[in-house]
Amino acid sequence: MAIKQLSIFVENKTGSLVKCTEILAEAGVDLRAMSIADTRDFGILRIIVNNTYAAVTALKDNGFVVNMTDVVGCVMTDKPGAAGELFAALSEAGIGIKYMYAFAGKKEAYAILRVDDNTLCEKVLLEKGVKLLTPDRL
Amino acid sequence: MGNYYQEELECASRETIVAIQNEKLVKTVKKVYENVEYYRNKMDAAGVKPEDIKSIDDLHKLPFLTKDDLRDAYPYGLMAEPLENCVRIQSTSGTTGRRVVAFYTQSDIDMWEECCARAIMAAGGTKKDVCQVCYGYGLFTGGPGLNGGSHKVGCLTLPMSSGNTDRQIQFMVDLEATILCCTPSYAAYLAESIEEKGFRDQIKLKAGIFGAEAWTEEMRRDIEKRLGIKAFDIYGLTEISGPGVSFECEEQQGMHINEDHFIAEIIDPKTGEVLPEGEVGELVFTSIDKEAFPLLRYRTKDICVLSRKPCSCGRTHVRMSKPMGRSDDMLIVKGVNVFPSQIEQVLLQQGLTSNYQIIVDREKYSDTIEVLVEMTPELFSDSVMDLSAKESEVVAGLKSMLGIYAKVRIVEPKSIVRSEGKAVRVIDRRNLYKQG
Repeated sequence: MAIKQLSIFVENKTGSLVKCTEILAEAGVDLRAMSIADTRDFGILRIIVNNTYAAVTALKDNGFVVNMTDVVGCVMTDKPGAAGELFAALSEAGIGIKYMYAFAGKKEAYAILRVDDNTLCEKVLLEKGVKLLTPDRL
Repeated sequence: MGNYYQEELECASRETIVAIQNEKLVKTVKKVYENVEYYRNKMDAAGVKPEDIKSIDDLHKLPFLTKDDLRDAYPYGLMAEPLENCVRIQSTSGTTGRRVVAFYTQSDIDMWEECCARAIMAAGGTKKDVCQVCYGYGLFTGGPGLNGGSHKVGCLTLPMSSGNTDRQIQFMVDLEATILCCTPSYAAYLAESIEEKGFRDQIKLKAGIFGAEAWTEEMRRDIEKRLGIKAFDIYGLTEISGPGVSFECEEQQGMHINEDHFIAEIIDPKTGEVLPEGEVGELVFTSIDKEAFPLLRYRTKDICVLSRKPCSCGRTHVRMSKPMGRSDDMLIVKGVNVFPSQIEQVLLQQGLTSNYQIIVDREKYSDTIEVLVEMTPELFSDSVMDLSAKESEVVAGLKSMLGIYAKVRIVEPKSIVRSEGKAVRVIDRRNLYKQG
């Protein structure tokens, strides 16, 4: 059920993101989710796309360093406290979050979680009645 | 007229100097041939016997020694005295292969310290002076050399070692230091800190002896103005003894080489042919007074010019220009010898690529070194923590290899400029060798 996330190494300089997204556009890849982690000198662009294969091929052909990681996507009800419940459940199960990004839609909110053990994480979430995002739902 | 430590030697006639050199060279070659198997093999391979060396005119017949020889013979292979006769070692920075370990008998130490004493007196030093030594003490030759020289002159010596700028300034003010010995970049930094603290009118410095790294004439004038001193250059290398192999006098027109201890030659770095006076080439030293670690025709890789023009200071020893560059790829950063190959070794050990670039710069007179390395799929991770940890690992690896902090910056693949397919390894923005 895991979702494939692509991480791309980009230097902190003007134009890095433009180049990257242009390549994806040319390859006809649609971005479903995106987040950037930055440090002083470089950033890691993390994306989830509709066509992972096409995206990786296009980026690598253009000299980018790309890394593919399985992440867990989940659906929360868009109400106060929902995120807290999610974190509490993971914390109880001893699951640490390496990083995450989340966004709210019209009725629901979505979170992408990067954890060490995806299977365990999914199991815990399902037990708590949290819906998982599947690649086709993105 | 002048202020000399050993006037009879420093101002000797050319005939006297040549006579001293002839006698000591013949003796040294014989001793080395008998005691140093490594060099004996080199001489045998070149078909030269000690008897062939009758005077300095025969010097060119001897084979060269290079840093590679020091590596091959490490640690004891070039010693001409049994270990029990030695009392000290000094060493350069860098790990095995690049590190130089030199051995000294008591007489070698005395000779070296006398050279430094000559430098201090050439800078106007007397026993009434207070000499603040802020070169590093320890394996590095800077501190011990100037410390010993200061004792020989009879100065009150402040063995400060490097760092702790606040304390340096406090001692400088409280104990009224008159002579400052350190790297030129540290002198500039001290000058700035003194100005910031408003101590400019409380310091009593009159002279500075600055070496161990390249500096420009502009930098000299700037330091002189800001500290209200006369700044003197000093040159040396651990292989030959340490600082004081040559030093500047009040003329500030090149450094007098202590010719009664060291014979200097300038060679074409490509052919090894000896070049006439006034030609630019690689400086080669033969130490003729060292007991424990006498090197014959050691190639310094420093590019410079010699001049025998008479000097108004009265010293007759030949003068060498500031080094104008290197015939190898060695960089001197913060007074420390750095070879690109050392950096490459660390990168490869840590699983990084050999696509790297070294950028050396100088900010406010202090050297900075930055290593750019290209990201690879193997190295990359989606986690910032992993990448930062990797970066810290490389920084620590470089620190342990070079002995200094080098910033590491991971850049995009193929972003390091290549000229004709070959990466430009070093960008030195300091323009140190521009002749002033």
